[in-house]
Amino acid sequence: MSKLTKSANEPLFHIVKRDALPAWLAWAIRIGSIVAALIVCALVTVVLTGENPIEVYATMIDGAIGSNRRIWGLFQNVAMLLCISLAVTPAFKMRFWNIGAEGQALIGGLATAACMILFGDKLPQPVLLIVMFATSIIAGAIWGFIPAFFKAKWNTNETLFTLMMNYIAIQLVSFFTYKYSVPKGSGQLGVINRATEAGWLPQLGGHNYLLNIVIVLGVTVFMYVYLKYSKHGYEISVVGESENTARYIGINVKKVIMRTMLLSGAICGLTGLLLVSGTDHTLTRDTIEGRGFTAIMVSWLGKFNPVHMILTSFLLVFLQKGAIEISTDFGLNNSFSDIITGIIIFFIIGSEFFINYTVKFRESKKGVNA
Amino acid sequence: MKKLLAILLAVVMVFALAACGGGEDNNDKDTLKVGFIFLHDENSTYDLNFINAAKAACEEMGVEMVQKVNIPESSLCYETAADLAEDGCDIIFADSFGHESYIIQAAKEYPDVQFCHATGTMAHTEGLDNFNNAFASIYEGRYLAGIAAGMKLNEMIEAGDFKAEEAKIGYVGAYTYAEVISGYTSFYLGAKSVCPTVTMEVQFTGSWYDEGAEKEAATKLINNGCKLISQHADSMGAPTACENAGVPNVSYNGSTIDACPNTFIVSSRIDWTPYMKHMIQCVKDGKDIEADWCKGFSEGSVALTAINDKVAAEGTAEAIEAAKAELLDGTRHVFDTATFTVKGEKLDSYMADVDTDANYTADTEVIKDGYFHESEFRSAPYFDLQIDGITLLNSKF
Repeated sequence: MSKLTKSANEPLFHIVKRDALPAWLAWAIRIGSIVAALIVCALVTVVLTGENPIEVYATMIDGAIGSNRRIWGLFQNVAMLLCISLAVTPAFKMRFWNIGAEGQALIGGLATAACMILFGDKLPQPVLLIVMFATSIIAGAIWGFIPAFFKAKWNTNETLFTLMMNYIAIQLVSFFTYKYSVPKGSGQLGVINRATEAGWLPQLGGHNYLLNIVIVLGVTVFMYVYLKYSKHGYEISVVGESENTARYIGINVKKVIMRTMLLSGAICGLTGLLLVSGTDHTLTRDTIEGRGFTAIMVSWLGKFNPVHMILTSFLLVFLQKGAIEISTDFGLNNSFSDIITGIIIFFIIGSEFFINYTVKFRESKKGVNA
Repeated sequence: MKKLLAILLAVVMVFALAACGGGEDNNDKDTLKVGFIFLHDENSTYDLNFINAAKAACEEMGVEMVQKVNIPESSLCYETAADLAEDGCDIIFADSFGHESYIIQAAKEYPDVQFCHATGTMAHTEGLDNFNNAFASIYEGRYLAGIAAGMKLNEMIEAGDFKAEEAKIGYVGAYTYAEVISGYTSFYLGAKSVCPTVTMEVQFTGSWYDEGAEKEAATKLINNGCKLISQHADSMGAPTACENAGVPNVSYNGSTIDACPNTFIVSSRIDWTPYMKHMIQCVKDGKDIEADWCKGFSEGSVALTAINDKVAAEGTAEAIEAAKAELLDGTRHVFDTATFTVKGEKLDSYMADVDTDANYTADTEVIKDGYFHESEFRSAPYFDLQIDGITLLNSKF
């Protein structure tokens, strides 16, 4: 480096797209980045809090998988995050920036809760469940379809549109949770049908969340096959790569956009159902807990591959669960665990960068111009 | 390849070491372990009030404290409570209204653990030995704070700032929920006891914590001609708006004198330390915790902050002390039916919705001996009458 003399035009380094790396090397970079992240986190921990970093990591693991209950909780949360991530995946693969998953899921949850409240004592359980599945999926699909329709017809900006739809969904939920609040005026629905359990998803094998997990596994398989082997999946990829190419080979781009967002919204709606009917048995503005946004990260990190997304959602939930335990055991503010999670995610995203690109330093020979 | 191997070994080492650290167990079973579930963390004044009380109570009673912060009102609350129970907690306390159903769910599953829930309404109908509600007779505190407000209005009337008929209080509320209605009505009745011409306007925000909306609501009330503002919501929104406009403010949850030295008069708050000590003491002694606990001044559960002499009217402290003595010896009641009317009529009978149900069934007669018996049939307030003299500007919430 010291031999270098400055040349006028060439920067010190530039970034070049790599050829595909062998799989083992790509994985080595990924694992290396996690190790580096853990080391940086350890340093941050020592400097900021004076705690022993190894103990902090141990607590993290304990928090995520330290007991049977925690393991079930972990998988339940992975399933919910994965489900909503699967929902946004076809849209993002098509390069349709659906950041409205939060609202689409919330509307699905609202539809579910409405059925539970309005029909809870009027319909037999199996019929009620069918009605709930249908309404929540349709509600989510409509919420996803509206911005897609406007995009297809008038080329509106889907990022803003889907984002704004979130706020509408949140305010609708506020309105109805107030209207049906128990006790009166409290702005809370309480646990819906607590006595009759009408409209609650049944337990499978005595486990609260097993049915949720099984349903999401089913969705995962469906999405994998849909994206990889179906004609629709192929059309989505082509539209995502280039709309012009798609048009040239005779794909109806508008139709693909609307159809894909119907699907995306429908699965979001299903997530809402799983959260309201299969998990919380209530609905609040915060029922989705920001998963609709985290899903974007899961989807991109998993490169739109449903199987990879199982891993990325697992990783994110694991970190989150562990982080909560850290703040409890060490009496640290929750913000500290967010810092740790942030550092780790930063390194993971960084590793994907270095797998795809390489940094070339300026060569010492003079006269070589880029 | 060597590098790869080194990296792999490093990973293995990190996890192996991590696994070693996890084995420690706290086998010290002599001390009780109390788990706390908080909706937010110390950045919320509402939760901070609980967190401080929990720390004080646990320290004083010499028990171990475990706290879980930022626990939403969802199944995560149940999971957290169950996790704390499995972790060996003897008592589990949750601080937010919406936690209740999930705490009950956990209470049914862990009958040997005591579960205590603040502000809830279901302990008296649920019939579980290990599930308890707690509140405080904060309406009495608000009544006294109302006296301070009425005295201030009187002072301004005497100074010629406005006429007696123009004495109007503005109140920022969260929801049209009984707890809020009970709060603003008792505050109003306190003010009215010293300033008979006073009226009140209430603006709701539809949220327990929304700094922007609370500030906006307070500003709107001030523009409507309100001479004094009070609030039942958890942010600094209303006090800040008052300080900016130079309008006196009676606060809630704690003193706001540092941020509002020129407008803060006094604040009422619930001190949860006595209740937390009670629940710990009961479990220590092997006795039952009171299923529906609601205490007031004499137990230290309801407290007023120091009065800001710079703003408060002369003689405020004495007037409050005198009224407090009457409340304590039973010669004065906050909701005395002789002091208020509903649609122009004095009330002799009122059925309140004490047992929580989805149809809001009015189930309990709460007016006896000439006053409304607040917080007697359950700890959480159930006064939800719309009395004359108070105007709700937006009752959608």
